[in-house]
Amino acid sequence: MKEYSIIGKPTRNVDGVAKVTGEAVYAFDMTLPNMLYGKLLRSPHPHAKIISIDTSEAEKLSGVKAIITGKDTPGGKWGLWRRFPELCDQTALAMDKVRFIGEPVAAVAAVTEEIAHEALDLIAVEYEPLPAVFEPMEAIKDDAPLVHDDFENNINTTRHIEWGNVDEAFKNADYVREDRFSLSSQHHAPMEVHNALASYDKGSKRLTVWASTQSPYFLQLGLADALKMREGDIRVIKPHVGGGYGGKNSTMPDSVNAALLSMKTGRPVKIVFNREEEFTTTEHRTAMDIAIKIGLKKDGTLVAKEVKLITDGGAYTGLGATTLYLAGTFVTFPYKTPNYRYDGVRTYTNKMWSSSMRGFGSVPAVYAAEIQLDRAANDLGIDPLEIRRINAMTPGYSASGEYTVESCGILECIDKMGKRVKEKWNDLGEDEGIGFASFAYMSGGIFNWIDTPYAFSGAMVKVNIDGTVELFTQASDIGQGHNTVSVMICAEELGIGMEDIRLHPADTATTLADLGAWGSRETLMNGNAVRAAAAEIKKMLVAVARMKLGENIVYDLVAKNKRIYLELRPERGFSYYELVKDAIKQNDGEPLIGIGHYTPHNKGMISPAYGMGIQAVRAKVDRETGLIEMKDVLVVHDCGQPINPPAVRGQVEGSTQMGLGYGLCENMPTDNGLILNPSFVDYKLIRSRDMPTIELMEVPTYEPEGPFGAKEAAEATTSPGAPALANAVYHAVGAEFDSNVLKPEKVLNAIRAKEQKGKA
Amino acid sequence: MKKIITLDINHEHYEVAVEPNQTLLDTLRYQLGLTGTKKGCEVGDCGACTVIMDGVTVNSCLVLAMQAEGRQITTIEGLETKEGMHPLQTAFVEKGAIQCGFCTSGMILSARVLLDKNPEPTEEGIRRGIAGNLCRCTGYQKIVEAVQSAADGMKEGHQ
Repeated sequence: MKEYSIIGKPTRNVDGVAKVTGEAVYAFDMTLPNMLYGKLLRSPHPHAKIISIDTSEAEKLSGVKAIITGKDTPGGKWGLWRRFPELCDQTALAMDKVRFIGEPVAAVAAVTEEIAHEALDLIAVEYEPLPAVFEPMEAIKDDAPLVHDDFENNINTTRHIEWGNVDEAFKNADYVREDRFSLSSQHHAPMEVHNALASYDKGSKRLTVWASTQSPYFLQLGLADALKMREGDIRVIKPHVGGGYGGKNSTMPDSVNAALLSMKTGRPVKIVFNREEEFTTTEHRTAMDIAIKIGLKKDGTLVAKEVKLITDGGAYTGLGATTLYLAGTFVTFPYKTPNYRYDGVRTYTNKMWSSSMRGFGSVPAVYAAEIQLDRAANDLGIDPLEIRRINAMTPGYSASGEYTVESCGILECIDKMGKRVKEKWNDLGEDEGIGFASFAYMSGGIFNWIDTPYAFSGAMVKVNIDGTVELFTQASDIGQGHNTVSVMICAEELGIGMEDIRLHPADTATTLADLGAWGSRETLMNGNAVRAAAAEIKKMLVAVARMKLGENIVYDLVAKNKRIYLELRPERGFSYYELVKDAIKQNDGEPLIGIGHYTPHNKGMISPAYGMGIQAVRAKVDRETGLIEMKDVLVVHDCGQPINPPAVRGQVEGSTQMGLGYGLCENMPTDNGLILNPSFVDYKLIRSRDMPTIELMEVPTYEPEGPFGAKEAAEATTSPGAPALANAVYHAVGAEFDSNVLKPEKVLNAIRAKEQKGKA
Repeated sequence: MKKIITLDINHEHYEVAVEPNQTLLDTLRYQLGLTGTKKGCEVGDCGACTVIMDGVTVNSCLVLAMQAEGRQITTIEGLETKEGMHPLQTAFVEKGAIQCGFCTSGMILSARVLLDKNPEPTEEGIRRGIAGNLCRCTGYQKIVEAVQSAADGMKEGHQ
């Protein structure tokens, strides 16, 4: 592999010192002079008509500066699927009826948060409760109450994917099995809750919003649609963000109502959700029921797959429609699937809506596929790793019209896993088991439901006379470390040091549009844009150097170690700093500015590249109590060329915590639409003492479409934890599961069911 | 009725007027501008608001400002000395034990008290020491390694 100066070297996070000293400022920490505090009054009903709202008592309360209800808003609807206006279904405040418990119906701005709270209690809302629907299979019935009047049978979106000849292939298969799985939702549970600070300038009629968001651009568009304003009159700034994981893509009522209240009062307004609001009224992972059928040859070769699934969408769309598409895609990965058919349905229900969460679509789908594959292997007498090896994709594998996988290290990952498991876990204890699950995910989506006319990523590099660089990019660092990756890529391309570069991130007014941090897109897409912008500058400097050298055109020059020199005669060259001065002087004093952008082309329907690998979990099961002890985890991973290895490790380890949490303890039970566990006491995250250690092995490949060969590293590893854990429990005690969240009671029941089956 | 109290925070004395029900957390963040102390849940479940009070970690969301009077409080802003960052802060940066950073202040302060009590903790000891601090980004592994590395470094420093 190519040796780089900076790429691939363990590099300290550029925001690290600010974060360990408490200096890093999050939207949550921000206040402005004369700022008001906003609060939202929320519906106690899952489905009800709003008869009347009386705010007169609340308005009399001293310190209350503004109260708005649905009729006071411009009535703009918004959503992320902007190409399809009917799916832009969100509103700032409920207009005529409420569709889930917690839907906001009024917003208050007051001089303190306490007064705003008090005012909420004084607002009288008269509701007429309507019949509600909570389960997808109920929602699609003809007599079900309609969540949105225009959507028959509560069908929000459908998706069909098909290639090959599925029916024929099943007929010719030696072995066919069908399984059903029910997968729960899961909450992102970021440490920083949703919050936004909006400041409207009445003079210029422009709005500035600081928000905890994954995509300043999406928020800018959402606000423009909601407020019926021009995008260009709205500036969104993303300070440091305390975690997103897919939960901060949509424009939510915090920012929209803060903006509306600021417009009404002429003062800055901040809305911060509390932890209960975060759990009950922000988006979460999409729960789904999956029927999955596979056909194999006796030797384990997969010949056909058919998947039908229905998702519990909740009251609005969010990125749930994308989830439906991605579930239908990643349920096939990372295996060659010659014949495939998928039908997915997303339903509206009277609950908080489901959307994107790390590995979205893939996580529940991979659960079903990877458990089923183990069952098939067991029936056919094939080793679980062997059946994965037999069917693994190879470089250049293409699924007709849908996707092509260029760099593809899955086979090497499986082989390496086999060796490591033998070395490390050759001596299993009693009731201990090993479970495997493969995984893959995109490096940014090709789809453009947001309907942007801009390139998917842009970056601008300005070089000052002393050689210092200002790098402007709208990419969002939400904790994954993309700020560091941007600076590394820029420094590598220009052959300078990271200390030479000042980053100006995530401000819609000063940077070129970027779709944001979702779908593991920043490294590849924004990385390509940053590299292209830096390459423009390099081209200018190389031209100056070539002229000064008077060298033949055929000789190559490189930028490295703060010099630009002849590749084959390194002593012949010039200092980068000197060349910058010359270039600016020669160019009539114009500063050096480079612009780069990236949009995927001719790469199919899904993504330009795919990260992938395999995970193994070793677990011990207590047959008496049903408690699972997760011992340790192995991950073998192909993310192309890792840009910053410790950051890759951080992504793998963090996503594994989420994946295992989904397998073991994280779900969101509801009762008549009410979420029952909206606190960290009742919603269990895996804490430090229960988190197993993870050993990560990289299998570097070179992804031709990525910057320096890089691709996805952030999300794929969320998928394998839950199925690998379930497979480990099966391996340990023979207990089978058709749903995630392996609480002791469920494990005990499964062990008993297996014993009964054994006796029968 | 507000009462005027004096708080000893990071060896500085602050005179503040506080409500009887006002938490130490809100006093730190909103009255004194010490926003390095984060707020994650307000009910003592997440540990983001951890500060050190008389040598012991507390969730500052569960401590009233008035209860903190006469106590010695250390927040993340008070961890640096003239010599520079605390070895834990350096180790968190060096080991890449930070992602979003929202749990980091509390994590580092919990680790600081752990190392004060037990300069040579085992891995299990470290995991127990930070068990009250939730992190959604890291899976804890690099945090554990950073604390271990800081402990090793501090031990060498003393020898």
